[in-house]
Parts: sequence; C-alpha cells; structure tokens
Amino acid sequence: MALQGSTRLAAFDEMLPETSGLRKPYTAYDRWLKEQDPARLTQKMEDAERVFRKTGITFAVYGEQEASERLIPFDIVPRIISGQEWRRLTQGIEQRVQALNAFLDDIYHRQEILRAGRVPKDLIARNEAFLPEMIGVRPPAGVYTHIIGIDIVRTSENEFYVLEDNARTPSGVSYMLENRETMMQLFPELFQQIKVRPVENYAQLLRQSLAAVRPERTTDAPTIAVLTPGSFNSAYFEHAFLADQMGVQLVEGQDLRVVDGHVAMRTTEGYKQIDVLYRRVDDAFLDPLTFNPDSALGVPGIMDVYRAGNITIANAPGTGIADDKAIYSYMPEIVEFYTGRKAILGNVPTWRCSEPDSLKYVLEHIHELVIKEVHGSGGYGMLGGPAATKKECADFSAKLASNPSNYIAQPTLALSTVPIMTEKGLAPRHVDLRPYVLVSDRIQLVPGGLTRVALKEGSLVVNSSQGGGTKDTWVLDD
Amino acid sequence: MLLGRTANGLYWMNRYIERAENMARLVDAGLRMALTRTQDASEEWTSVIISSGSDVAFANKYSEYTAANVTDFLLRDVSNPSSVMSSIETARTNARMVRTALTRETWESINEAWMALKRMLAKPIDERELPAVLDAIKRETALIRGAFYGTMLRNEIFDFSQLGTYVERADNTARILDVKYYVLLPSISWVGSTLDNYQWESILRSVSAHRSYRWNYDATYKPSNIADYLILNGRMPRSLAFCYRFISEHLNLLADDYGARHACHATSTKTRSLLKVGSIKDIFDAGLHEFLSDFIRDNTRLGNEIAQDYRFY
Repeated sequence: MALQGSTRLAAFDEMLPETSGLRKPYTAYDRWLKEQDPARLTQKMEDAERVFRKTGITFAVYGEQEASERLIPFDIVPRIISGQEWRRLTQGIEQRVQALNAFLDDIYHRQEILRAGRVPKDLIARNEAFLPEMIGVRPPAGVYTHIIGIDIVRTSENEFYVLEDNARTPSGVSYMLENRETMMQLFPELFQQIKVRPVENYAQLLRQSLAAVRPERTTDAPTIAVLTPGSFNSAYFEHAFLADQMGVQLVEGQDLRVVDGHVAMRTTEGYKQIDVLYRRVDDAFLDPLTFNPDSALGVPGIMDVYRAGNITIANAPGTGIADDKAIYSYMPEIVEFYTGRKAILGNVPTWRCSEPDSLKYVLEHIHELVIKEVHGSGGYGMLGGPAATKKECADFSAKLASNPSNYIAQPTLALSTVPIMTEKGLAPRHVDLRPYVLVSDRIQLVPGGLTRVALKEGSLVVNSSQGGGTKDTWVLDD
Repeated sequence: MLLGRTANGLYWMNRYIERAENMARLVDAGLRMALTRTQDASEEWTSVIISSGSDVAFANKYSEYTAANVTDFLLRDVSNPSSVMSSIETARTNARMVRTALTRETWESINEAWMALKRMLAKPIDERELPAVLDAIKRETALIRGAFYGTMLRNEIFDFSQLGTYVERADNTARILDVKYYVLLPSISWVGSTLDNYQWESILRSVSAHRSYRWNYDATYKPSNIADYLILNGRMPRSLAFCYRFISEHLNLLADDYGARHACHATSTKTRSLLKVGSIKDIFDAGLHEFLSDFIRDNTRLGNEIAQDYRFY
C-alpha cells in the first residue's frame, strides 16, 4: 500500500520517513499490513466505529446542539514506539513530574524559586491559577499533582518536546484504554505476532496510587471516590469509566456534604466518609464557601476538611499554577532549579507576549506562529498563524495588543506524522502524544498513552474538539 | 455501599424500561382490536389512551382518537413523557448516570435499544410498519432484561432495579384493569357471566396473557376470572400479587443487608397481605374500582417511601 498525499510542512514520518526506509519499530506491523486485503481493513474501520457507538464512548462538544454526543474518530493504524524511545521519554517525564511537584510545594511555602529570581514574582502573585488558600497547606503525602498528562510532540528521529504539562485534570486516559481494547478485538492476531506492552492495569495502578496518598490518620483501606460535574459534562464517560474500572463510587456534588469534619457521601444507608477524592471538577467549583459561591458542583466546606488533613484531593487545589502556559515557558529553569540537572525533555521555544520585545516579535511574525491564551485549553481561543487568513491574523493582532500578558506564542512545529487509513490507503497525518503519569510515594507510567491525530490533511490541530482523532499507542517490548 | 442518587437512577431506569414495554403492548392490543372489529375503532383507541394515563395530554393535542394519532402520541411523541421514545430516552439518561452500577452488557443493551428506537421512531410510522415496530420495541426491552438478569450481581443494585420494575408494572396492570372494567362492564351483575366480547381479550392481550389465561381458566372470558388472574394469581408475571411478592422479597433483602426496616416495609407488607388472603368475590363485593383506586394510591405511596427511606434525594 503506497503513501498518499503530502503535508505542507516537511514533517518526520514515524513509519516511513522520506529520507530513509521503513523505521524499525514498524517492521513487523508493515509486514502484516502488506498481507491484508484492503476490503477487510475497510470493514474493520466500520467495525471499530460500531464498537465505540455501542459502548457509548462519546464526548460532548460545547456549542454544538445537534451533535450533543459525538464519537472521537478512531484510526486503526497504531502509533508504534520502540522500547528504547520509551525509556528515554520515561526518564524525561519522571524528571519533569518531580520538578512540577517540587515547584508546587515551594510556591505554596517558602517560594525559594521566586527569591532566587528564577521565576518572576508577578507571574505567581497575579495569576488566577495561584490559590492563596493553599499557602502553607501541605497535602497528604506531600503530593500536589497526582495524575498528569504531559503532551509531547516529536519533530525528528531524536527530537521530542513537551508542548504542555497538564497537571490539573488531564483527560483522555479512557481513550487510551478503550483504543487498546478495540484494537485487540479487531486484530487479535497482531498482538500474537508483535509484543506490545500492556496498558490495561492503569486503573489498578491509579487506585493503588490514590490509596497510597490517603490522609495520615486514615487506616488501611481508605474510601476513594471520583467526583464528576455530572452526566452532562463532556468527559462524563471517562469519569464513569475510571470509577467503574477502579471499583469506587462516582459521586457528584449533590451527593456530598461535610459531616463531623469529614467529607461524606449520601448512601442508601446514610452518610459515609470519603478519604480520597479524585476530582474532575475545576478548582473554582470545588467549594462554594471558598471559591465560586454559585457552584453547585462542589462541596461546601471541603476546603476546611482539606486543610485539617482529613481528605486527600487529587489533584490538589491550586495545581493549575504549574501548568499555566506562562509558567510553562520557565519550565527549563524550574526543572534545573529543583532537580539540579538540565531538562531531559526540551520545551518548545516560547515568546511571552507580556515582555515588550517578545510582543513586538510576535506581532511582526504572526503568520508564522501559533498563539495561545495563557489559561486556555482544548484548542479554543488560539491562532494558527500559517493556516489563518490575513483578516484572522489582523483581528487576532488587535486582541493580542490590547491584552498581551494573556498570550504566549510558539513557532509552528513540524509535528511528526504517522499514517492513518483512508479510503485510498495510508496517508500521513500529524500526531502528538499524551502519556499518563501517576504520582504517590513513587512515579509510575503505563507504557503507552493517548496519540491524538489531526485527521485533516496538513492540519496541525489534534484536539478532539477541533476534528482530531485518536490512535492506539504501542510501546514495544523490545 | 450504594449512593442514594444511584439507587434513584436504577429505580427510574427500570420503571421507564418497563413503561416503554407496557406502552408497546398497549398499542399492540389496540391495534389488534382495531383490526378484528368491523365497526368504528375509535372507542378502542380511546380506552388505550385512558389506560396509558395520558388522556388529558392527548386531548390537549388531538380531537380524534385515530390509530395514527394514538400510535404517534404513545410511541413517538417526545412531548409525552410516557411515550416509548421518551421512556427509552429517560431510561438511558438514568442508565448513563448510574453507568458504574451496571454491567457492560446491561449498559450496552440499553444504549443499543436507544439507538435502534431513535432511528426507528424518527419519522411517523407507516401503518404497515407498525407491527414490526411494536415487535422491535418488545424485543429491545426483552434484550435489556435478558442482559440484566444474565449478568447483574444479586445485590442492592439488583434490588432497587427490581423495585422499579415491579412498582411500575403493578401500577400499569391496575390501571388497565380499572379502565377496561369501567368501559366494558355494563352492570355489576354481569360479573359472573360469560361474555362474548373481543374487548375482554384486549385486556389480556395488553398484558400478554391471552393464551395463558386459557391454560388457567377456560376458553371463555369471565370478568371475575380475568380480574382474579390479573390481581390475585401469584403465578402470572404481570399480576398485582406477583409484583408484590417480588417487591416484598427485594425490600426484605435490603432490610437484611442494611439491618433496618422502614415505612416502605410496612406498606408493602400490608398491600401484600391484602393480595394474599383476598378472594376475588370479596373484592367485587367491596367494589373493584374502589379496590384498584386504593391499590394505585398505596402503590404510589410505596414508591415515595422507598425514595425517602433510602435517601434517593
């Protein structure tokens, strides 16, 4: 099967780079693929869609009334990572995660990094993601960010960059698990021929990891629950999925209240204490008494229980200060400050528009850059310079100039590509990678992650809310 | 351990699945009558609407009781909260909410039923398609029940689900019986007599009991036998006695599990004892309509007590 189409940027293809032949991690898969009847593969693509619809793996797209439940498109060609590549990524990620937690502890206590002048004071004090309520609070087991999804992009054989540290409530892990499940259903023979490291113990690791960071006073078997904003939330499927896989309760704010200094859930037998809460509700909605008073999604008084050390909240409130896009640009300094070593995984060069020189550069080169809101996520409120029209650039420049500190800019990276299956055969599309990290008394990664793929030819936007799809991600056991 | 909100979701999920199936059966019985009778069928469709408990809402929307109006209202109309489409939609919303309490098979069967019926009921139903649509609704709900019985652990989750099913079913059977007797019985003195009326068959048909009736009684339809069958016969899966046998069983299992009895236990025990010792003659002597009205009221009260006793809200 020949590669079809081309992307505008000369991108590194992870299967079949232009300059050299088929890459080693893909040899066995390629051999298998060449033996397949194209009609059978087309059939498998349809089967995959049916599997996802049947299991109800959908996500809601905000602002689209018609398609209130949509599937994230799934591509049947796996993204394959060699054992050696994975080991290098693991080291880099572990280092980064360690630094993120050390940074959070420092920021909410002695603030040594600010005193040392490595990160500007203003950036913290004037940041909405910084919660003064967390000053001096040390979470159980000293962990702030327990579940992290670090977005990584690749630009060549040996170049990997961290694009974002999702340290508050990373989503998508259910897709990692369901994608593997689906691939094993569709192509069982592939998994006999190729040794792929398993990811299915993620939920078990997550549960163990959450139990390990329980409050000190809690004994052997803590009660764990997942807090969801409710069944209308776009990631509800994932919340339910994780609670189910861990064998813990899925609770909403309306189920919870503070009883005798503990957070408790309303059960058919009365209120029962919760020790560890894996919350998928944003900080602002967590406690109407402390934060947004209008929130019906949280638990009035939970912050008092937290400060008294009677509940673990994962991830800790105020964690967002570490994955703020303005802070991101300081990550190389942050990693070095806390680990004493250079960052193994690099940052994408970033212009902070709050700095006059940078702003000037960004405004002059807006057509070449990707500009993001400091607090934005999910691909909303950003500008992709090269793909934007003159008018879009001009409009965005005006927004940028009126509130520069709200934006950062990055060069348009030639994200690596991995082929997807199209009606005309394989065609390369840009991808990124989000591995999932668990922090307790140790740091753990499941070998794999979520590969997001921009399905539109040439597109660099992989977000599911903007037409991206996903792939199963294989880490080879080699 | 079970969240009160989850128990509530399970209870209503099952009430609505049961309701969807009952609606389909009711329309099926109406259709059958309309086909076998030569005269105007609007009388039968009127009684179908009254049995469904949605006569006021229907009258607000339509003036004629035609097959097309009634089937559209009871099967497709999303402004009717008890239509099949609304019921399946509500059942699925509840299932989604309690997703973690359900086996994958149960969730998938509900989700698939929702997808299939949404597609099937998207456009007005052609008269010729109606039997196939009704079959499909009954098949989908049967698949849900099969997945549920086949895969669910017999724990509190199962108990609350079953309570929803039987409270809904008891309500449904009592209503059908009440309405039909009102419409059909010319005078109380006819109770013991044999009536050659297709309408009687429609009562049995609307609870899928027209064949089993003949195994238990005889080939002729006697009002007293029909009432006996649907109220007191403990072997008939849609009878009030049968429903209360299981309501009591599941409430007792919950009481054993939790080590606590509540108001709902007293109510169900009282209702069950009425159904256990009663004879159909006594019921007719005291007035069938009064009996059924009391029953429907107590059954509703039981539902409210269950919600309160187990902290649904």
